[in-house]
Amino acid sequence: MRYAETGYNLEIDLSKGSIEKVETNPKDMEQYLGGNGINAKLLFERVPPGVDPWSPDNLLIFGNGLLNGTSVPGANRVSVDTIAPLNGLMGHSLMGGFFGAEMKMAGYDRIVLSGKAPDLVYIAIRNDKVEIRDASHLRGKGMYDTACTIRKELNDERAWVAAIGPAGENRVMMSSIDCGNSSAARTVGPVMGSKNVKAIAIRGTKDVNLAHPAELWELTSKLRKQLDANPNVGDWMAVDEDDSFHHNNFSWGNARTRLKNFWSASLEERWRNLKYDHMSRQSGCWNCPKACHNVIQWPGRRRFSYKCYGKDTYHMASFQELDFTYEILGIAQDLGLDSYSTPQTVAFALELLDAGILTEKDFPGMPSDIRGRFYYLIHKIAFREDIGDVLAHGISGAAAIIGKGAEKYDHNTVKKFEQLPIKLGKLNPAYYLMIATGEDMAITQIEGSFPQDPIADPELREEFIRNWTACPDDKFKEWFRQWEKRDQLPDDAMCAISDWNECMHYLDDSLGFCGFVSSFRGQFGGTTGYDVWNMPKVVTHATGVEFDKDRIWECFMRNRTLVRALNSRAGLRRYMERPPEDHWAVRNEEYEQQLLTKYYDFKGWTFDGIPTKETLEKLNLDYVAEDLIKRGVLTGDEVTALNDARARKEKE
Amino acid sequence: MDDKLLKKRIIKNIKVDTKKCAGCRACEMACSAFHAVPKYSSVNSGRSRIMVLIDEVRDMFVPIRAGEYTEAECNGRNTYIIDGKEYNECTFCPASCPSRDAFRDPDSGLPLKCDMCEDDPPVEKPMCVEACTFGALTYEEREVWEEVESAKHGEMEIGLKAMIKKHGLKKVMDTVARVSKS
Ligand code: SF4
Ligand code: SF4
Ligand code: SF4
Repeated sequence: MRYAETGYNLEIDLSKGSIEKVETNPKDMEQYLGGNGINAKLLFERVPPGVDPWSPDNLLIFGNGLLNGTSVPGANRVSVDTIAPLNGLMGHSLMGGFFGAEMKMAGYDRIVLSGKAPDLVYIAIRNDKVEIRDASHLRGKGMYDTACTIRKELNDERAWVAAIGPAGENRVMMSSIDCGNSSAARTVGPVMGSKNVKAIAIRGTKDVNLAHPAELWELTSKLRKQLDANPNVGDWMAVDEDDSFHHNNFSWGNARTRLKNFWSASLEERWRNLKYDHMSRQSGCWNCPKACHNVIQWPGRRRFSYKCYGKDTYHMASFQELDFTYEILGIAQDLGLDSYSTPQTVAFALELLDAGILTEKDFPGMPSDIRGRFYYLIHKIAFREDIGDVLAHGISGAAAIIGKGAEKYDHNTVKKFEQLPIKLGKLNPAYYLMIATGEDMAITQIEGSFPQDPIADPELREEFIRNWTACPDDKFKEWFRQWEKRDQLPDDAMCAISDWNECMHYLDDSLGFCGFVSSFRGQFGGTTGYDVWNMPKVVTHATGVEFDKDRIWECFMRNRTLVRALNSRAGLRRYMERPPEDHWAVRNEEYEQQLLTKYYDFKGWTFDGIPTKETLEKLNLDYVAEDLIKRGVLTGDEVTALNDARARKEKE
Repeated sequence: MDDKLLKKRIIKNIKVDTKKCAGCRACEMACSAFHAVPKYSSVNSGRSRIMVLIDEVRDMFVPIRAGEYTEAECNGRNTYIIDGKEYNECTFCPASCPSRDAFRDPDSGLPLKCDMCEDDPPVEKPMCVEACTFGALTYEEREVWEEVESAKHGEMEIGLKAMIKKHGLKKVMDTVARVSKS
């Protein structure tokens, strides 16, 4: 019997209309855990370089975290992965809520979509009964109507429906896949659209088996209470009304303008009332004691919910206030647009209009007020009309098409992905490394474990260190002790810190943990819900396979290295690893490059940022090494970055 | 009147505050794990005796505990209108009923019924209540005094015990269920 995982993938070839339940190798769990790890392996094995991401040969994988659907609280993330049409690299997104647990209970660890349906379809899954159904009547429908219609057709109020809106059908880069209050963005939406899949409805009533029932129950009951009581986990934005952090420090518009004194007590009061006057409740995800989604009922709108920074993006891109976000967000979500990249793209377009690179002619019939313009543009984008057809490529893609200097306005992307609108003064070396090399394409998907700032008071600092249960190694405590200025720590500390931050996200994504109970929440207070000490215990009792800190850390390294190898094979090279040029006002190219070399070396990668043969083999990724050598990505004789002649030259 | 006695009975009640429900389904998880054999060895919402109906757009978050099995669908049904919104006739029904698959064991099809987590030794709180960290479910015990016909019950008990000893509990229960239906 398989524990925690079901041992089956659901393989659907949409071109052939074939549906297959495929038993998987239990050894894969021991090596890659699940989620993004096994997804990356499938992409590596089955989508060779050169495959056009839009083509039927690309895969779209919904990969359950190993612990989803079990008694382990806060484990519900599905890694939705593909080769991203935006940049040809692995596109990775996470979906919380209930889709994962339901998929597990339907008997599957992951759903692998290949091929392309001849016409728009939806997939209905009820345990072993899987159907590909006509969805032509759902064309152009929003998320909510789609989910309602499908539930009615299946006569199942409890089916969870992950759907794309018109934006996804029209292959808009910024489109998302939504399921209830959860959403997966970052170019998985357009790939679902390119496969002609409108939705997947799922419901399961099978057992998810657990290896050590009594031990796991005792542990998870305790963890549930701890997560519930710990104010450091969950989304602070759901409970704290003081959001001066984003409004005073992040940039408004097209990631341009900082309003350092925007926040005030009276504004906070006003916004608090706005929220509580319109909030129906807060809702959560499968088996988690936190409830991070604010469910809002805005007059004249359908109820919708938001989480985290999604609260701010629309009104900050348009220089408005919270009421505008409440007004537009439900509509944008229903169109299937991601609230992270879409508002920036709209602000980018309006900036081009101001700059005269685009003209009024490009925006026929656009209202003159800013709110009207946002409504106008999100619809144009979702339905790909007029300039919306160009903007649907995302900022980088659109800038390249528009030309005429538009490229200069594409100033806040990394590897073509829109980034958080943060513009700061002094270079922060750890953040430099994380933004440059992160392959989840967003800083929030890599930062989070090591504190963002030192603690000046020596007593408080010692107290913090004493209570720092999540700390994986005493060396971090030593560095923290000597840390005074944000940007000043030895380079090897910067490398190790970035690595640990990354480790936590990779473990979350493969196990199914939400960053809010784990990887993202260590930086504030040091006592996050999950860490490299308790994760292996949970995994051991859930799966029956003995894990400890070292073994689970090795799984992180394997998954991380595999993702890097997949992307190296797709053409990712050192020169692409650059934070936005204006991310910090003061830069030091020479230092940055030397630091990057050290980080590559730390990771066992070459000077170009490719894992060496030796590194791959140490992690049992021999098949990857062989493939890279066969394709000429590696010769096999490479040394790690610091031993490269170019690094020695760098030093001189 | 001689054979009538007053007897204390504990009424177990779970108070549901739907306003506090976050829809996390930890109650479903816990109920199914508790009733798994061996205990806690699996999770399966489909086997849970509590199910949470979630509809965010209508702000409907309603945990429903499985009640009695009914052999036939209702002749007349209810449509609820709450806050001006209309709900399906069977939406809030706790019955395991032939018209639908709610509250049936997914493998055997047998009806599922909340047993208040009866256990030996008894649990402090039902598992769903214990798992609900949002305070949507609260456990209450109420004492009621009831008149009982002690002698007759006493006799019945002796008779039943003998039958159980002879045929086993399950057979006796099945027979009682069959007889009561006919
Ligand atoms: S912490 Fe919040 S977002 Fe994360 S799983 Fe729990 S409810 Fe969902
Ligand atoms: S009281 Fe026990 S049996 Fe009844 S629904 Fe709750 S957990 Fe299930
Ligand atoms: S555990 Fe509580 S909050 Fe969660 S779904 Fe059940 S009743 Fe609602």
